[in-house]
Amino acid sequence: MVEVRDVHYAVGGRPIFAGLDLTVRRGRITAIMGPSGTGKTTLLRLITAQIRASRGQVRVFGRDLATLGGRGIYALRQRMGMLFQNGALLTDLDVFENVAFPVREHTDLPEALVRTLVLTKLQAVGLRGAAELMPGELSGGMARRVALARAIVMDPEVLIYDEPFVGLDPISLGVIQRLIKHMNAALGITSIVVSHDVQELATIADDSYLLSGGRIAAAGTPAQLRASDSPAVRQFMTGSPDGPVEFHYPAPDYAAQLLAAEEP
Amino acid sequence: MTTATRDGVLLEGLRRLGAVVIFLVQLLMQCVPALARPRLIVYQIYNAGARSLIIIMLSGLFVGMVLGLQGYDLLQRFGSVEALGIAAALGLLKELAPVITALLFAGRAGTALTSEIGLMRATDQLTAMEIMAVNPLRYVAAPRFLGGVIAMPLLTAIFSIVGLYGAQLIGVQLMGVDRGVFWSQMQGAVGLHNIYEGVMKSVVFGVACSLIAVHEGYHAEPTAAGVGMATTRTVVASSVLTLLLDYVLTAAFL
Repeated sequence: MVEVRDVHYAVGGRPIFAGLDLTVRRGRITAIMGPSGTGKTTLLRLITAQIRASRGQVRVFGRDLATLGGRGIYALRQRMGMLFQNGALLTDLDVFENVAFPVREHTDLPEALVRTLVLTKLQAVGLRGAAELMPGELSGGMARRVALARAIVMDPEVLIYDEPFVGLDPISLGVIQRLIKHMNAALGITSIVVSHDVQELATIADDSYLLSGGRIAAAGTPAQLRASDSPAVRQFMTGSPDGPVEFHYPAPDYAAQLLAAEEP
Repeated sequence: MTTATRDGVLLEGLRRLGAVVIFLVQLLMQCVPALARPRLIVYQIYNAGARSLIIIMLSGLFVGMVLGLQGYDLLQRFGSVEALGIAAALGLLKELAPVITALLFAGRAGTALTSEIGLMRATDQLTAMEIMAVNPLRYVAAPRFLGGVIAMPLLTAIFSIVGLYGAQLIGVQLMGVDRGVFWSQMQGAVGLHNIYEGVMKSVVFGVACSLIAVHEGYHAEPTAAGVGMATTRTVVASSVLTLLLDYVLTAAFL
């Protein structure tokens, strides 16, 4: 469904990816994990063609993104859905209109059908009763569920989740987790979940990739990743503060810097 | 300033100007499909226009009153207070109404547009639209731009009318200029071409101020400080450009 082959990408001379390879298989939940700042969100931006790789190939639905123009990319995006970390709901529209937004923009369906479609999706995320609320009146978890309803309203083939578990209370987190699993099983949607919440991902992911240093450090099922003897993988999976990923950001010698500060 | 720095500043200025022109072309291309959603444009006319009415009307009244007072003081030295109506009408229609409306628009509606679009950028709303295969230029930028362009001449007209009432209030009611003379002189001397000049100016200012507001919001850095800076740039750039264009247009109409 999504293939990333030998992708290189740099921001301001700082390499983010150096030879990234990754495959997302149809109908499965693929987890992409990694410490903060390893380019997880950048990878999503590459897959959704918001940015282009400086080298290598990104193929979505078998199409090479580099060969597509603006219309081609928009056509491709209509087959995708994405859930943003903060929901990214349109603040000037209520919940109903937010979910109806893609339908109204891309189809000429009669109002009665739009209504049925939107209410069905809102029912699926348990928020049919909140249809008339404005985004500002929703809690973080509710906003994310509305955004999920909006992401699935056009029946996408691929659904991308950007850090879906961040900042949620245990109940909301459980709800989102169950919804991701449900969307995948009931609607046959291929899911890509980008997150650093190892425990949450382990219960839902079919395949996992661990990003580190611009490449895939490890791949396999969550159980295989946990059993890995690579120090970098172990550090991430166990949440150890020090290891190959150092606790300290690169800095000059501590003692020398303190002494230098004392000099007039 | 060294030659190298001067060239750098010049190049940067040209680059920015080029970016704004490219943005304008992209925006205009999206204005046609945006017309298919008149509801969005009407809402933006309400947002930029109707919500600016109080500040425009209050300012128009005071500017007209000052014009009446200053005009009367000046004209009575030459014994020609009958010309107060002409002076007030020409001053308002040709200069003060379009310019002051544009400056107030930049401060009231322009900043609101920039911060609204900038915050939409900061909260990923524009990116979300892109991912939903909806061009944010068509859905967000074009209706706001068109709303501003349509609202500006309407606000200018209201400014002129209220301003004339203010000038009349002081000149006729307070200072005792003859009411019939005040209006008839104005009617005789102010032609359609004077009104046309004011309308043309207000349309040009409407395009300039709305373009700057939308452009700055759309390209604001997605942080609190970035949106704040973009808002400031909107006011500064719109005000300076309005005054510069005013000179160019005045010279062109002479």
